[in-house]
Amino acid sequence: MERTTTETNAPAILMEEVAAGSLQDPNVTVLTHVNWKVFASDFWVLAGLQGSGKSDFLMLTAGLMSPLSGRYLFFGEEMPILEESRLSHRLRLGLVFENGQLFNHLTVGENLALPLRYHRNLTKAEAAPVVQGMLEAMELGPWADSTAGALGRNWHKRVGLARALILRPELLLIDNPLGGLDLRHIFWWLEMLGRLARAGNFIREEALTLVVTAADLRPWVDVGRQFAVLKDQRMAVLGDRAHLESANKDLVSDLLAPESHND
Amino acid sequence: MQKGNATAFDSPQVRFLLRMPLPRTFSHYIGRKLFRFLLTIQGLGAFGLISLGVIVTKFRKARHVVWPLMFQETARAGLRLLPMFLFVSAALGLLVIGQSVSWLTRVGAINYLGTIMVIVVVRELGPLLAALLVLARIGTAAVVELGTARATGEVEALEALGIDPIHYLVVPRVIGLALGVFSLTVYLILGSLLSGYLWAFLQDVPLRPADYFRQLTAALSGLDFALLALKTLSFGFIISIVTCYHGLAQPLRLEEVSYATVRAVAQSIIACVLTDALFILIYLAS
Repeated sequence: MERTTTETNAPAILMEEVAAGSLQDPNVTVLTHVNWKVFASDFWVLAGLQGSGKSDFLMLTAGLMSPLSGRYLFFGEEMPILEESRLSHRLRLGLVFENGQLFNHLTVGENLALPLRYHRNLTKAEAAPVVQGMLEAMELGPWADSTAGALGRNWHKRVGLARALILRPELLLIDNPLGGLDLRHIFWWLEMLGRLARAGNFIREEALTLVVTAADLRPWVDVGRQFAVLKDQRMAVLGDRAHLESANKDLVSDLLAPESHND
Repeated sequence: MQKGNATAFDSPQVRFLLRMPLPRTFSHYIGRKLFRFLLTIQGLGAFGLISLGVIVTKFRKARHVVWPLMFQETARAGLRLLPMFLFVSAALGLLVIGQSVSWLTRVGAINYLGTIMVIVVVRELGPLLAALLVLARIGTAAVVELGTARATGEVEALEALGIDPIHYLVVPRVIGLALGVFSLTVYLILGSLLSGYLWAFLQDVPLRPADYFRQLTAALSGLDFALLALKTLSFGFIISIVTCYHGLAQPLRLEEVSYATVRAVAQSIIACVLTDALFILIYLAS
């Protein structure tokens, strides 16, 4: 797709006075007055306690809900994008759900192949090399022929990540990636997201723009580059790591405290 | 499926009305039933039109993914049900012939056996019975599958991947069920006509195969074939739209899937019977 200069220079995400509803009930407001700018190659960590609206806000950012009010632009275009003609713009964004949300009737390999085959009209054989490459990159090879029901929760999220990456998005939204994972998987995720946030990763030449949500800030302090906190229906943008350390807010202290296990 | 664009069905006013305490008077009860009925008609109509629009506009899109699903659904709603339908067709032939032969013999109207078979089996029972059997075997499964997919967030996952859930989940079912009901009705009718003669033969009815065939062809007209095709395709379309609507079009929790299935079955039966009545009027008018 040809992109204009204006579009290229536009922030990946621009929200002005946005109010977000709940995914279960779109008329219930979970966040208001959100003013947020995400630039290409940023790595944002949105932290908040359980029930603070992290997931709902991420769904809105992914274009699965319309803002209740305010303006949301994604690379300069109004969101949500519903028109077929603007679908390619919409696919610049990938979303990983908290539980992976895999298609239960498909195998892991088929889950990965589906978006690729659907958008590029490929046969199974044509999609196979790309799927195989992604399975190997994500260390999912042994589970390629397993259905979602045969996988543990740790692996669900990883398949979800692989499926979101298969279309090579520029911006990736990940809902609570470390929630409920064991230590080995937590290290794998932090390392993988660190790789994706660097230029020249296995997905694109440029660094991916990442937005993750977290209930516990501690694992992200050394990985994330920008931080924001969700509390009392508001989003407080804290800034970079230096600002995070200097932020004297009760909630940040809570989210950084060793005993805060909110998952 | 967009959450932010609340439809009339899930608007706060409608939800408030639906959650009101039990009606105190009979007129309130009737009013509420009528209100729900109109909402359902509106929702089903909109969903049906959207699905038709997607079939037309996206027919060639992602055909390596969606077309195999159509074939799969057609086989599921058609070919795989064939053994059951052969059994039912034998039973239907027995029911109609077994009951009618003795009376026709008494009044000396055995020449109308073929006509009765055409009226009862070809025009009425065949299509309706086929539709109800497909509803029971495939329609209910569709509500459960789609309802579970909706409740577990698979539909949101499709949307997040830019895959139109109507195109991926509904279109194959609509086409599969429409073709399935049509082809199974044809088999059911052929089987019933054949078994009807067999039962008549076993009851020593003095009727040669050629005479029976002549009676059938005399009773059939071109309109029968056209309306049969239209009716069965309509039944398939109705069943698929109603079941997909209840499984997919509204937010659903896992515990609500069984209720959605019951609603879908009841509404499909009512819609098919009403459509059948409409076709009877066309027959009578022609």
